Amino acid sequence: MKPVKFDYARPSTFEAALELLSDEARNAKVLAGGQSLGPLLNMRLVRPGLLVDITGIPELCRFEDRGAEIAIGACVSHSDIEDLRVPDFTRGALPFVASGIAYRAVRTRGTLGGSLAHADPASDWVAILAALGATVELRGATGLRAVALEAFVLGALESDIRHDEILVSARAPKLGPKARWGYYKVCRKPGELAQAIGAVLIDAERDRFRAVIAATEAKPIVIADAKPLLSGDGSFDRSTVEALMVRAGLGDPIDRRVHFVALARAHERALTQ
Amino acid sequence: MTTSDRQGVGASLTRKEDDRFLRGRGQYVGDIRLAGMKEVAFLRSSLAHAKIRGVRIPEASRGCVFVAADLAGVKPIVAISGLPGFKPSEQPALACDKVRQVGELVAMCVGRTRAEAEDIAESIDVDYEELPAVVDMLAARRPESALLHEHWGDNVFLETFVDANMEAAFDAPIKITKDISTSRQSMAPLEGRGTVALWDGRKEQLVLHTGNQMPHIVRSGLSECLGLDEGQVRIISPDVGGGFGYKGILLPEDICLGWLAMRCGHPVRWLEDRREQLTAGANCREHHYRITVYADRDGKLRGVDCEATVDSGAYSSYPFSACLEAAQVASILPGPYDFPSYRCRTWSVATNKCPILPYRGVARTGVCFALELMLDAVASEAGLEPYEVRLANLVRPHQMPFDNITRKHFDSGDYPEALRRALSAIDLPALRERQKKGEPDGRLIGVGMGVYCEQAAHGTSVYAGWGIPMVPGHEQATARVTPDGGLELRVGVHSHGQSMETTLAQIAHEILGVDVDRVKVVHGDTEYTPYSTGTWGSRSAVMAGGAVAAACKEIVQRAKAIGSHLLQADPATVAYKDGAARAASGSVTLREIARTWYRRPQDLPPLVDPRGLEATIGYKPVRDSGTFSYAAHAAIVAVDPALGEVEILDYVIVEDAGKLINPMVADGQIFGGLAQGIGTALYEEMPFDKAGQPLGSTLSDYILPGATETLAPRLIHMETLSPYTEFGVKGLGEGGAIAPPAAIGNAINDALRPLGAEILHSPMTPRRILEAIEKARDAAGAMP
Repeated sequence: MKPVKFDYARPSTFEAALELLSDEARNAKVLAGGQSLGPLLNMRLVRPGLLVDITGIPELCRFEDRGAEIAIGACVSHSDIEDLRVPDFTRGALPFVASGIAYRAVRTRGTLGGSLAHADPASDWVAILAALGATVELRGATGLRAVALEAFVLGALESDIRHDEILVSARAPKLGPKARWGYYKVCRKPGELAQAIGAVLIDAERDRFRAVIAATEAKPIVIADAKPLLSGDGSFDRSTVEALMVRAGLGDPIDRRVHFVALARAHERALTQ
Repeated sequence: MTTSDRQGVGASLTRKEDDRFLRGRGQYVGDIRLAGMKEVAFLRSSLAHAKIRGVRIPEASRGCVFVAADLAGVKPIVAISGLPGFKPSEQPALACDKVRQVGELVAMCVGRTRAEAEDIAESIDVDYEELPAVVDMLAARRPESALLHEHWGDNVFLETFVDANMEAAFDAPIKITKDISTSRQSMAPLEGRGTVALWDGRKEQLVLHTGNQMPHIVRSGLSECLGLDEGQVRIISPDVGGGFGYKGILLPEDICLGWLAMRCGHPVRWLEDRREQLTAGANCREHHYRITVYADRDGKLRGVDCEATVDSGAYSSYPFSACLEAAQVASILPGPYDFPSYRCRTWSVATNKCPILPYRGVARTGVCFALELMLDAVASEAGLEPYEVRLANLVRPHQMPFDNITRKHFDSGDYPEALRRALSAIDLPALRERQKKGEPDGRLIGVGMGVYCEQAAHGTSVYAGWGIPMVPGHEQATARVTPDGGLELRVGVHSHGQSMETTLAQIAHEILGVDVDRVKVVHGDTEYTPYSTGTWGSRSAVMAGGAVAAACKEIVQRAKAIGSHLLQADPATVAYKDGAARAASGSVTLREIARTWYRRPQDLPPLVDPRGLEATIGYKPVRDSGTFSYAAHAAIVAVDPALGEVEILDYVIVEDAGKLINPMVADGQIFGGLAQGIGTALYEEMPFDKAGQPLGSTLSDYILPGATETLAPRLIHMETLSPYTEFGVKGLGEGGAIAPPAAIGNAINDALRPLGAEILHSPMTPRRILEAIEKARDAAGAMP
């Protein structure tokens, strides 16, 4: 389990990084922490000619308070968020989720942007940021573009990022003072990949009610207008959720049951925490 | 407190070896660096079952790649069993005409680095003609199944049958039949396998550093395969990062590297990576039982009738063979219970999977799971508490020593008392009350138990019956006093976590009074140690411990003789105590005796005993049928019926392994065994697809329990000495891993009982629990 030969570059500017990425002949791949890419390289499932390590670009390691939103740089690590080196405007949601990603060693090196671009269906960041209604910002040779997270993730390990683009940041709206969130992850043991994730946002002041069913082996199911589902007493209609899951292609009834329970418990946590 | 109270047998000393282990200074195969050493990567079969039509090696890689044809003259690994009807397999070091498992070695590739060797392996084309894979051990016995070893005519390594008065049980009022099974597991020591091989031109000797539990056995097997004299082979097993049976084997990789090192002029190294370990190395535990239990309404067992199948994989591994597991099933299924009728038929079946190896507990973990689940079913049917059924059938202390229905000789113990202590520790009435009330979080509480006895250190009479390539005889140890009064112990067993550098030193201290810090245990090197079958079967404390004691006692006699000269006393009046020879005229320490013997022989009379202060003595217990340690495990679990998740709330172990040489080390053995037992019970499983591809190829697919999944059990020790061994010691190394699937399984079923659900297959994963609940719900819905 050793990777094939590859070149490695750690540019310190966007321009240099984008130039390296734009040369298709070099078959370049972005490295932003390597906690998923590393094993894939070792198993030779990924065979790049060049790894472009973007953690040396200072802009990517910062966060920015933009008033109604906070934008978090792609190379901010999970532990940066867990340890509150990035200020929290999500009433604890992002630090809580960060603290449950894999193991501490992975959280020290793994990055937010790396996780989003990798688009693992079991990604915690995809699940919680989709629930918060986040947007990702991408930069290529032709400039910057922004994509809603649920549109950015196309499927399992498939995201809307071109080979010559870099994911710059994810920006999430700040939550209102009475907003509630709930997150429930089902996995075989702490640190393992999730088998089901439920994430719920109830921000009544801003009229945002969102629910996410994630770790489905495909793109997450995002219920952008979940008000009818979530504004009740905590029990929500199983058949509605069931129909959504069937439509999304979740064929196995036991899987659907587990995902439903995860969502219901996320909702319960949102109401009680 | 005397010296021996602090350091001798029974003292909870911290381990001598921990100083290097805990500082990261252990020396494993992976730490060995030799000048000019090159790396080996193996091209392994990507298919489970196929003919090899050809192997195409690119021009650029020629000279760096070796295939079966290059190894002409190398003999295949053949591990026979003397049991009647056993069909031997031939496992070539490199596959010749056919591959029989994913991961089988096809070509050996040599590079300056492992990455380069892997590049070379990747450049080779193998032309396979795929054959139907034999994946399901039950289907493998059907006449239409494809065959692994065509000349056999079927896929059965060995069938055994035993019948003891079975028909007498058929009129019992309770008769319950179930299918119970355990999944295939991959043994997963922290350190994988690895080998460094070199040819020592000065000694004309092949030197193989390989992490192994049985260096002397590997030497014999390797010599036979390579056609060398045993004296031309030296096996060094350095620090070993866990074995559990996974390193009790002669590896085809060892043969390949040995062959290569004899020819290439430089050392070569192969280190198993985690994917090789999971998918290609060896598996364990895959059993299926169709079991029927007959009982009276008072819970008294009338008989057990079983058909057991073990998936033995593609080849018979050296030295334990493909039959050990199933043959053991038949002989130990009755467990610690006394009942009058028994019948068992077993099949060791060949499939297109890795060879099965005996893993900690060997067949006992599966056997205990099957029988203990059945005892709970009997309890349920008879309207009794599960413990009542067990108390009605456990062998009683006044029956000891007891020859059971399969003629196992239980040496000593009070089995019912162990169960009673476990019951009292968990407070069963309070738990039953709690179950009635229900949990505020909706989870279901369950309590379960498992009782076993563990045959350990069984010797010649037992293994001669199985007729495998290795039969343990007298275990030998060398004790050698150094000129400065220190002590070296040389033993052929090897520690892969057993703490023998400490415990054997404690035994020597007990007898010779030498400070434990001044006792050096030398093991893991055929050049320096007496022959031994090695460390397996929970045997080392009994066998090597006994041998060390015997050798040290011999040294006492010799030291007394020399001491009597120095004391100018009649030898008959000299006693040896606390490290000194003592007589009325005074005392002389072992240090002084050693100094005289080695450095000032002029002070001794000419007719002094010439054998000196070095002795190699062999040891066997009074009976070699094995010691029987035993334990009662009790588990309390909470099951989340919505998700199928299981949390172990409490775990009690009452065990009796006779005299504990070092109680802290014994506790460590039990903790580690429990962790692995929890793995078997709840997590570990190597699934295969229909084509025979192993699906747990990474540690995110093959789930091992970690710190958050295990818990510290409440340990209660009993001490019934073995009547047959030195100090009354009994082997206990494997026990912790035997009962957890049974205890946890019974606890889960106890929790699920209100839902009418039952689970009979390990690991008891959330998915299997949910499926069992669904099935029960469907069945209830279908009722009129």
